[in-house]
This record gives sequence, structure tokens and C-alpha cells, in this order.
Amino acid sequence: MSLVRDMMTIAAVSAGAFFFLAGTVGLLRFPDTLTRLHALTKADNLGLGLVVLGLLPQAGGLRDGLKLVSIWLLGLLAGATVSQLIARTAHHGSTR
Amino acid sequence: MSGVTVFGLCAAAAVGLGFYGLITNPQPLRKIIAFNLLGSGVFLLFGVVGRRGAVAGTGNDPVPQALVITGVVVAFSATALAIALLLRLFQTTGSTKLSNRTSPGDGSDPAGG
Amino acid sequence: MSVATAFEIVLAAVVLGLGTWTIVVRETFSATVGFVAYGLLVALIWVRLDAVDVALTEAAIGGGLGGVLLLGAAARLWDADLMAMEAPGEVARASAAALSVLTAAALAGAVLLLPDPAPTLAPAAVANAWATSLSNPVTNVLMAFRAMDTMLEKVVLLLAIIGVWSLAPDSAWGGRPGPRHQADPRGVLAFLARLLPPVGIVVGIYILWTGADHPGGAFQGGAIVASMWLLAIMAGLADTPPVSRRSVRFILAAGPGLFLVVGLAGLLFGAAFLSYPPAQAKPLILGIEVAMTLTIAATLGLLLAGAPERSAEP
Repeated sequence: MSLVRDMMTIAAVSAGAFFFLAGTVGLLRFPDTLTRLHALTKADNLGLGLVVLGLLPQAGGLRDGLKLVSIWLLGLLAGATVSQLIARTAHHGSTR
Repeated sequence: MSGVTVFGLCAAAAVGLGFYGLITNPQPLRKIIAFNLLGSGVFLLFGVVGRRGAVAGTGNDPVPQALVITGVVVAFSATALAIALLLRLFQTTGSTKLSNRTSPGDGSDPAGG
Repeated sequence: MSVATAFEIVLAAVVLGLGTWTIVVRETFSATVGFVAYGLLVALIWVRLDAVDVALTEAAIGGGLGGVLLLGAAARLWDADLMAMEAPGEVARASAAALSVLTAAALAGAVLLLPDPAPTLAPAAVANAWATSLSNPVTNVLMAFRAMDTMLEKVVLLLAIIGVWSLAPDSAWGGRPGPRHQADPRGVLAFLARLLPPVGIVVGIYILWTGADHPGGAFQGGAIVASMWLLAIMAGLADTPPVSRRSVRFILAAGPGLFLVVGLAGLLFGAAFLSYPPAQAKPLILGIEVAMTLTIAATLGLLLAGAPERSAEP
């Protein structure tokens, strides 16, 4: 049983790390702010979600699992609002 | 070469980097950033010493940890005071030059108003 | 070489690379962003060093609030950045580099030559934990064994805020710090400033409460509450209070004041200054920590708000 849990953790965390890598490649290769934000938010939210999903089997109990999920939700909230703010500033800057 | 020694060398390098930045960068805000880098290197050195003293069931000696927590807060308040001074300098003289070649009463407010 | 050591070497290399970039990059804004990322990665190093309390403090105060402070300053000094400043000459830079390399080498030598077995105060701290019945050894050291340091640190915070307030121009003396922030009340920032502070305040109080037995404490919790207050100010939902207001000054003095009162009570009724009777140690310490968290939240927020710039009329 613990082998299954460990395999799931390794698979999910590796997938999450791959998405973080994809987001970073997008950040470095895309031409302007809006496309870079697109790459970052898609990849990082999915990447963080997969990492949290992979860590859930290792959590100590229901409370620790809920804490992990709330970390993911707070990360989503922060990423969404900050990317909106950056995008609006970039958009205003380019159309002024 | 254990992980703790690696972090100790990293801390020493951070101190050197912060020192160099503090001396060579002419802008005061960059000096403040370099000073914070220097401080974080010193704190990491404390952490390395504490990690090596981890016995009796703790992961890290609690006394250096307490000192570093105090240090981080004090360093932040010193940075805040330094930045308030810098912003006031910018308000009164219009530039952040630290050189004392501008004569007093140079079109800036004399009484702090 | 295990996987953990390889990871630590990579982490140290990335941290040093970020530090170097922060020092040498041309624009100040980029240096500030690099410093924030550096602070967060150093918090990771602290976790690897098994010092989770310090990692929380470094992430919240060093990287988080320090980053906000520096970003605000970089934004306000944008025009000053464009002015050419005379960089020091070749000789000055070479000698500075030599001095820095010498310092770093001396410290590296000290690290490599640290005594083995390492001297440590951990057994003393753990052996005396019965006196406070808290299980987090760092909280024990901060609030009981070296409580004097913590009390004096609160006084240092108070001195820093007095220093910042004394930089107000005559027209704004005793007034409100910082500019009046305006944001679209139906926009994203206002939405975040309405949604996040309730969550953040609960998290901050939880971190204060759990600091008795698990990593956490008054400083980390206070920093989180301060950042929620600052978020509300930056979204225009709240305004900075005038610094002449009595309630503000009372909150700022409450932390060190309560600490001092408990310390003097220990001198009068107990064994020494700041001694706690073991039966009432935990409630006394928690009471001091609650006052400390309020003071720390107010002080950190006001330090970030800066010197008064507007006069006190609403």
C-alpha cells in the first residue's frame, strides 16, 4: 500500500515539476508580457496542483491534507489576481 | 562535503557579495539591498553553526535560531529607517546622490517643510 | 554523495547566482525583484537547515515585507535611477573585490574549520523546558530563557518607528504616512483586499497560537497580520492612521510595555527580572505574545507606510 502511495507521489510531483519547467520555458521564450503571463499562470497553477496532489498521500491526516489543499487555493488566488493586475498595467502601457 | 558545509560556504560567499555591492554600487538603494544580502549571509552562518549543534532531539540548536529571528526583525527595521531617510533625501534635494558637494540651501527646503 | 546533498548544492548555487545577479544588474527594479526571489530561496535553505521558525520569519519579514519595502522605494526613486551616478574607478573596484574575496575566504575557512564535536546549547534549552511547559524550544528561548533580548528588540522596533516618524516635514507633522492609495473599488486589487484579509488574519493568529508547540510564533503571525493591513491600505479600502493618534501610539507601546510590566513583576514577586513562576509561565508567555503580535503588526505596517506626508485632517 505504501508502495502505491509512493509511486503516486513520484508520478504526480514529477508531472508538476514538468509543468513548472514548461512555464519557465514559456517565460523565457515568449515575446511579450501577456503571452508570458499566459504561460506562467497556466503552467504554475497546474504544476502546483499536481505537486499538492502528489503530496496528499504523504500527509499525516485529514487536517494536514486540508492545509495542503488550502495552500494550493491560496496560490491560485494570488496567481490569478497578480496576473490580472500585471496584464492590465501592461495593456494600458501598450495602448497609451 | 555535507550539505551543511555547502550552505556554510554559500553563506560566506553571500557575505563577500554583499560587501562588494555595498562598497562599489553608487546608488544608496543598491547599497541597502547589498547590505541586506550581507546580513542574510551572516544569518545563514548562524544557522550552519546551529545545525551542527543539533543534539537532544532538536533539528537545530534553538539559541542561534532565536538570535537570527531577532536579527531578521531588527535588520528589517533598520532597512525601513534607511529607506525613509533615502526618500526624505530625495524629497528635499531631488536626487539620491550621497556626495556632499551640493551646498546647503541649494533651492531645497531649509526648515524641513 | 546522496540525492539530498546534490539538491543542496544546486540550491546553494542558484541562491549564489541570484545574489550575484542582484548585485551586478543595471536597473534597480530588477535588483529588487532579484532580492525578493533570493529571500524566498534562502527561506528554503533554512528549511533544509531544520530551522523552520527562522524559515517562516525570513519568508515573511525578510523576503516578503522587505521586498515590499524595497519595491516601493524603487518605484518612488525611478527618476533618480535614470540619473547617471559616478561609479567608482578601477582601482577602487579592484580593491573592493580583493577585500570581499578576502572576507569570504576567511569566513569559508572558519566554516571548514568549525570544531567537531560542535559546541551547542541545545541540551540546556531542552533540559529547562519544564519551566515553561511549551514544547517549541525556539519559543522557549525567545520568550523565557532570553526574554531580555526579545524585550529589547521590541524597544528597537519602537525606536525605528520614532526615527521614521521624525522625518516628517513640518507641514505633515503628526499626519498620515504615505500617499492616499486609490484603486478601482470594483477592480481586482480591491477584490483581493476584501477576500484575503479574513483568511490572512486567521492564519496569522493560528501561527501565533501554534508557536507554543510547533514552529511559529509572534513575529511570523504579526508579519502576516501586518501584510493584510497593508493590502487593505494599498487597495484604498483603509487609510493609514495619523501618527499623532493616541490609540496608534498605545498599540505600539503595548507590546514592550506589557513585557516590561511582567518583568518588573518578576523582580518584585519572583526570583529575578523577567522570571516566570512555572505554574503561570504558559499563560503569562501567551499573554505577552498576544500583545507582542498586535504591536509587531502595527509597527511593521507603519514602518512600511513610511514617514508622514499628509497632514492629519481627514
